[in-house]
Order: sequence, then structure tokens, then C-alpha cells
Amino acid sequence: MEINNEIIDKLADLAKLDFTETEKVALQKDMTQIISFFEKMNEVNTDNVEPLIFMNSHENILRNDEPKHEITHQEALLNAPDKDSDYFRVPKFLDK
Amino acid sequence: MSESIYDKYETVIGLEVHTQMLTKSKAYCADEYEYGANPNTQVSPISLGHPGTLPKHNLEVVKYAVKMGLACNCTIAEWQHYARKNYFYADLPKGYQITQDKTPICTNGFIEIKLKDKEPKRIGITRIHMEEDAGKSMHDQDVYNTLIDLNRAGVPLIEIVSEPDMKNGEEAYQYLTEIKQLVKYLDICDGNMEEGSLRCDANISVMLKGSKVFGTKVEVKNMNSFRNVQKAIDYEVKRQIEAIEAGKTIVMETRSFDAQKGTTFTLRSKEGAADYRYFPEPDLPPLRVTQAFIDDVKQQMPALPKALFHKYTTEFGLNEYDANVLIESKEIANYFEQILAFTKNIKAAANWMMTSVKAYLNEQALHITDFKLQPKQIAEIIALIDGGKVSSSAAQKVFAAMIEKPAESAENIAQQLNLIQESNTDELQKWIDEAIAANPAKVAEYKAGKQSLVGMFMGDVMKLSKGKADPKIASKLVKETLDKQ
Repeated sequence: MEINNEIIDKLADLAKLDFTETEKVALQKDMTQIISFFEKMNEVNTDNVEPLIFMNSHENILRNDEPKHEITHQEALLNAPDKDSDYFRVPKFLDK
Repeated sequence: MSESIYDKYETVIGLEVHTQMLTKSKAYCADEYEYGANPNTQVSPISLGHPGTLPKHNLEVVKYAVKMGLACNCTIAEWQHYARKNYFYADLPKGYQITQDKTPICTNGFIEIKLKDKEPKRIGITRIHMEEDAGKSMHDQDVYNTLIDLNRAGVPLIEIVSEPDMKNGEEAYQYLTEIKQLVKYLDICDGNMEEGSLRCDANISVMLKGSKVFGTKVEVKNMNSFRNVQKAIDYEVKRQIEAIEAGKTIVMETRSFDAQKGTTFTLRSKEGAADYRYFPEPDLPPLRVTQAFIDDVKQQMPALPKALFHKYTTEFGLNEYDANVLIESKEIANYFEQILAFTKNIKAAANWMMTSVKAYLNEQALHITDFKLQPKQIAEIIALIDGGKVSSSAAQKVFAAMIEKPAESAENIAQQLNLIQESNTDELQKWIDEAIAANPAKVAEYKAGKQSLVGMFMGDVMKLSKGKADPKIASKLVKETLDKQ
């Protein structure tokens, strides 16, 4: 599969990243390589093989419904790049 | 005679309902959640999406989802896992929502909705899956910024997806009413649409009658009451039909409901449809739901409204209207059934619930759980009437007085208010003799055949007894005494 400019633009958009034209060319090359590496797997017949989703056999790791208060309001806002006394602050946006 | 353009089309509606689970802690971490709490006080490194944190399932959420699945006649998935739904939004700190994609916990069920003057209709449930809520964005509190409150982030939700089985706003309204009643009976969600603990999106399309191909569907969001869902659907159906008739094409889009105008408007087009890149959530191990677990959950479930309705209309012989009012909430039904532990007079118990109790609660804006009288006390009042000790109208006075003095028995109150009926025949005979002696002319008329005068004499007896004469015994005695004259 060839990675074209259109795919790079879509991925960049989904990842919220901006690239220069030179960077895009480099990315195209790298990603085509990665994809062709993974295409190797298509050579194996996987009919009737269940996909392997989890790497171990753990199941039903659950916790009881017990509330805990782990951090304070101040701690919650501590790492925020922008905040007021109550809220996280982000650039104004609408929609949704 | 031209057929209305609206009659040429068939409407297809499917609903997606999100309900917040009433667990004590969040879906994948131990934070509490309370609507209206101070912003960003009910959060933890997990709900804030900090790197290196690991979510862990809340067992209770699984139980709640299974309860709803069983109540909706669904198949419960034996093995399942979570998935990540990736999208970028400021109130979604992790950059993905934990949800279920390919393995929803419940599939393939149905519920029945009640329709006016029609047989109940079955609405299919495609799936119910578990997921988490996002935080809240406030756009209007700060002029230059959007403010984010992450208290709601990670609150457990179940999303209930219906089949496109509904035909109009009324059916959608009834469907939501059933869903709300079920989640409230199961005690898994408070069903409060105004506070957002129950939310609904509608997928609506229209097609020419008899067509095999569905029309282009439009999603409508932001309806904050059941009535608004109904209004939004009815408006949207009309809009789509009129657009098609005018030669326009319906575009796939998301629209929002404007409650003030009663219309819908474009929110975003689905052309550049969101690419959520679902993949299995590696941080949460899969879930195996055994039959033993399902049986255990089933044991904890209360009798559901449909079963109660059946019991009330068949076993108890109540009419459908009364049965529906009594099953409206689990608490009302419980109270009613508790009265029945103390009286065999089912009809009277139902009547008291339907009239006096309900009227009092409505008047005082109280919930049945705040009602001061115990079910046993209602049974006491019923026993007073049935035993001929008070008249039905006097019983209303007893009821009102009892609410003021809930610690006293009904009989004590009736005595204090001097409402106990006289059924002693000797006492009654004195009043009757007095009434007859005072009206020789009327007695003569009675003897001449004017039977209806019994009523007049009864009135006099009631007056003389100050309303305390037991009317049944008294009228029999009045007649007997007149006949002997």
C-alpha cells in the first residue's frame, strides 16, 4: 500500500499535527516502509483464526463500587497550563 | 380530493438513549459523582487522564447493565471487552472514550410501549453497551475562554440503542417513558432528563410508503425533555417531507433542537464524518459474564411494571387505567401492596391510592416516600368504613386529621372528631320515631303510596343524629317503622 499525500494529511489532521512539505515527503517514505513491513503478515493464511486481542489470560479484574477521594481540587488543577480558581481553561470553541 | 403530502410518507425513527448509572463511584476509578458539585472536585488522576494511570472496572456497572438487559429481554454476552473511541475534545482528557464497540454487553431485545386505543407495540433493542461520560464544557461563563469541569468525566453510562421501529413522536415519547420507568424500577438511573442523567438522540428518516429503501437519516440532539423529543421528531419529519416535496435532497447531518422555536437547525454535516478509529481497550482485561452471575442479578431484580400491571388487572381485577397509575413508580406500587398486607379490600386500597393519597401528594408536591402515613394506617381507615363505623365522607376527615397526627390510630381520631356512626338500633330508633312524630302529614302521604318520602325521613334522621347515623341500618329501620304506622 502506498502512503500518499492525502493519507498523510488525514493522519496529520486526526493527530492535530502540522507538517511542512519536506516533512511530509520524509513521512511518506517512512510510513510506506512501515506498512509494507506489516503487509508481510498478509502472506499468512488467517482464515478460522480468532484475533488475539489480549496478551494474557486475565479476565474479570473488577473493583467493588466503593468511592474514594484521592486528590484535592487544588491538586487537580495543579498541572493545568491555564485555569481559574474552579475550572480548566481552554481557548474558546463552540459546536458539538 | 388531494391526499396530504404527509400521508404519502412513512417515518422511520430509532433512538439512542444514554443513562447515567447510579453507582457510588465512577466507571473505571473511585471518584464520587454528584450533579451540581463544585467543579473539578470529583476527579482523580484516572478521570483527569494523567499518563501512567490504569482504569479498573466497577463491578456494580456490570450488574446494572445486566439488569437493564434482562428487563429489555436481551441476550447477555458471555465474553466481551471494551474499546477506545478516539476523538479530540477539550472535555475528554484522555483523547478517547472507553466504550464497547464489537462486543456490547446486551443485544437483541425488545420492550413494549403503550399506545392510546391501540394494542401495545414492540420496539426492538439492538444493543446496550457500557461506556463512560465526558466532562462538561462551559462556553458562556468566561468571555475569552471555554471552561472545563471534569467532575462528570468517567461517570458510568449505558447506551440503549433501539431498532428503527418507531413511526412518530408519540411512539418515541412512549418508548422513553418505558425506558425511564424501567431504569427507575431497577434503581440504576434516576431518569432525570433535565439534569442530563438520561439523554436521548433521535435518528429520523422518511421514505415513500411501501419503499424498501430507507431515506437519508438525520440525527437530532439536545432535547432536554420527553415532550421536546416528541416535538423535535414531529418537526423534523415535517421538514424532511416538505424538503423532498420541494425537490431538495436530505443530507446526512446532525441537527440540534431549538426548544424556544420548536425547530431544528444544522449542527454539523456528516460529510467529513468523524473517524473514531475504534480499537480494543488494552488497559481493561476482558469480562466473562457467567450464567451464575446473571442468575444472581436476576434474583436482585424487583417485579417489573409489566408483571405488576398483569397482576393488578387479572389477579386484583383493577381496570387498566388504575393499574397504570399504580405502577407508575415502584414506590407507589410498593405502598399500595403494603396496604394490602393489612386489608383484603383491594378495590378500596386502590381507590385511596388513586384519589386521596395521590391528591394530597400532588398538592403538597411530596413523593410517596415522604408521606407521613404508613400503609397500615390507610388500611385502618378502610376497616372503619367497611365496619360501618364511619361514612366515606367522614373517612376523608379522618384521613386529613391523621396526616396532622400520624401517631394516632384511625379509630381514635374518628372518636375525637365525633365521626363514629351510630349503628345501635335503639339509638337510631329514637331519632326515627322523633322524625316520624314530627311529620304526620308526610306519613299519611307515604301510606298513600309515595315511597320516595323515605329519603326525606332519612334526611331528618341524619340531621337529628348530626350525621352520625349509619345510613345503611337507618334507612332500613326508617322503612320498617313507616310500614308499621
